[in-house]
Amino acid sequence: MNDFLAARSQMALSLGFHIVFSCIGMVMPFFMAVAHFLYIRTGNDTYKNITRAWSKGVAIFFATGAVSGTVLSFELGLLWPEFMKHAGPIFGMPFSLEGTAFFIEAIALGFFLYGWGRFNQWFHWITGVVVGISGLVSGILVVAANAWMNSPAGFDFVNGQYLNIDPIKAMFNDAWFSQALHMCIAAFAATGFAVAGIHALMILRRRNIAFHTTAFRIPALFACIAAVLQPLSGDISAKDVAHRQPAKLAAMEAHFKTESASPLVIGGIPDPVAKEVKYGVEIPGLLSFMVYSDFHTPVKGLDQIPEDEQPPVAITHYAFQVMVGLGMIMLAIAACYFVAIIKKKSWLRMPWLLRLFVIATPMGFIAVEAGWTVTEVGRQPWIINGVMRTADAVTPMPGIVYSFYMFTAVYISLSLIVTFLLYRQIRMVPEIYDIKTPAL
Amino acid sequence: MIFVVMAYLWAAILLYILLGGADFGAGIIELFTSEKNKAYTRNTMYQAIGPIWEANHMWLIIAIVVLFVGFPEIYTTISTHLHIPLVIMLFGIIARGTAFTFRHYDAVKDNMQKVYNRIFVYSSFVTPFFLGVIAGSAVSGRIDPAANNFLDAYVYTWLNWFSVTVGFFTVAICGYLAAIFIIGETDDENSRVRFIRKAKQMNLAAAVFGALVFWAAHAEGIPLDKWMFDNPVGIIAIVAAILSLAVLWYMLLRKGKVIIIRVLAGFQVTMILLAITIRHYPNIVILKGGQYLSLLEHAGQEKTIQSLAMALLLGSLLILPALFYLLYSFRKSDIVEH
Repeated sequence: MNDFLAARSQMALSLGFHIVFSCIGMVMPFFMAVAHFLYIRTGNDTYKNITRAWSKGVAIFFATGAVSGTVLSFELGLLWPEFMKHAGPIFGMPFSLEGTAFFIEAIALGFFLYGWGRFNQWFHWITGVVVGISGLVSGILVVAANAWMNSPAGFDFVNGQYLNIDPIKAMFNDAWFSQALHMCIAAFAATGFAVAGIHALMILRRRNIAFHTTAFRIPALFACIAAVLQPLSGDISAKDVAHRQPAKLAAMEAHFKTESASPLVIGGIPDPVAKEVKYGVEIPGLLSFMVYSDFHTPVKGLDQIPEDEQPPVAITHYAFQVMVGLGMIMLAIAACYFVAIIKKKSWLRMPWLLRLFVIATPMGFIAVEAGWTVTEVGRQPWIINGVMRTADAVTPMPGIVYSFYMFTAVYISLSLIVTFLLYRQIRMVPEIYDIKTPAL
Repeated sequence: MIFVVMAYLWAAILLYILLGGADFGAGIIELFTSEKNKAYTRNTMYQAIGPIWEANHMWLIIAIVVLFVGFPEIYTTISTHLHIPLVIMLFGIIARGTAFTFRHYDAVKDNMQKVYNRIFVYSSFVTPFFLGVIAGSAVSGRIDPAANNFLDAYVYTWLNWFSVTVGFFTVAICGYLAAIFIIGETDDENSRVRFIRKAKQMNLAAAVFGALVFWAAHAEGIPLDKWMFDNPVGIIAIVAAILSLAVLWYMLLRKGKVIIIRVLAGFQVTMILLAITIRHYPNIVILKGGQYLSLLEHAGQEKTIQSLAMALLLGSLLILPALFYLLYSFRKSDIVEH
């Protein structure tokens, strides 16, 4: 492994790790707020216990997300100094605002976690909501910064110089809205399915059924609404990418040839040498329709993009297929769930419905990682689309391979410990959260 | 606007040393507490910092964001040439933050607690040590952008007596701040006496390492004494710090008011930071051969600085009231644990 590949891998690993924790950190507070609200309104202790059980999880995930986020703010400079030297002053605006949002989140979390019985209950409830809102705002701001790398704005690039910098324009670049929307909905779907899946598993195992059934409903509803909305936001994103980054879209679709009535390729193994897709299913004209709402307009293929400006086709295509495929499965589960709650109440007691949710537990997060891969690998070879190449941004320091190995070891251990802690929290539900005579 | 940004950067660094430092100090005190008192010290510390520790570490993020947005060349020079200590510090931050949270939120209290404790105390030592090393290296004049071999470019930039003694000095300061802080957090008279003794020990350690920093600076050819004492502000700051230290010791012996003791300790650290930074203003990184990286000359373009300043001002309108209310609400160690 050379240093450049090691730097890219370390960055991918750090972001891929952080994204899971930040999704949970920004979505779980809303689930808690709903449970907490129901507790205050109904006085039912089960809701209070659910809120408390979830808040333990949030504390664990928030701390891990906070440290991995701190690491990222340094890694940008440690790995990509040439990029940060020029990009920092341009796309820094969302980061400086994100600092505030993150700070507010940490303060509100302190109030929320330690505020039981100390404050007016509505004040306490609001601090929980503030945790969620500031987390969501943080997420949107960070994604806006990433969107700038896909859709650079707010400066003039003249003879290698970055002139007339306008950080506000850079923040509100063309991609910020579609990317942020897609990411936020993804966070709700992924976290919702993960949490609902765990509670569904516990119900199927006949543990604390009443507790887990009540807990299951909140994330399941959020997840299913998000799963229905996500294809719509995906459509907005795809049209946007086709318009701004034709190379990325071509790689996502493994679309080698520009032709009238461009086909949509589903699955298949792209062969970048022969410039064709083997074993894929082609639906003629559908890609043209999805991008231009017209079956005949040709969509720009990889043949119109210079060889040295093409992203790796296979990885981008596979990742995109995984994301869309999982999205479709989650959409189908959501459809079943809506039928169940609206028309066929009897389905709610059927084990197969719960089993579907159990199977879907990791799906949202796999889709999130796949989507992140699409947006990052699909932008290559650029770090700032069309302006700076990733290879020109990397640190001159040799030996990044070792740093990559160490970070890998640290993140693997952390993932194991967090999983272990979560397992223990769930195993202790009967003793701590679902007791007949509450100790509190 | 550039001065607003600079003021925020300085304030963020100061607050990180004071609040984050006291927070690191919690682990350092735990490390240097005898086995039989460890549990009590740990619990008292947890009660005091539990709700606020996440917020204490946000100041580092603010400082780093100000650097990379407003002063990208300074940020990238530091992160390139001090890559290694920065990575070790980051591992420290990861280990400490997670161990602190995990030990509290592990649903089963078993032998894993010992693992979390050990990771917490050692990383509480390592992290501020390397923060100190990085700070020392920034002004040591060892960073050489033209160096063309690995050791000169990436290792000797921070592996030298001066940086290392600054690292130890930082650890001692953190321990001192935490010890002063914890005195007011206990109602138990014996423990109070023990914490006062700890504060005195940490204070002496800081004095010893402070002297060693001067020795190392002298040995390495860094004119630290000149920097501190050839200007009136530096002299006044150091004299004020020493006078306040005398008052503080008097108060410690006479069981004075906790709040005054805390303010005095904070004042001393502020004066030290002032004395170190004022002489080089507006430079914050000193390169090999006497070149400087200056906050004025190496700042980003006008519009960047303007929007950064606006973001900071807006941010502090939201953050400061909330933070004060948080500190106020949890000022006493009577947290109901849920």
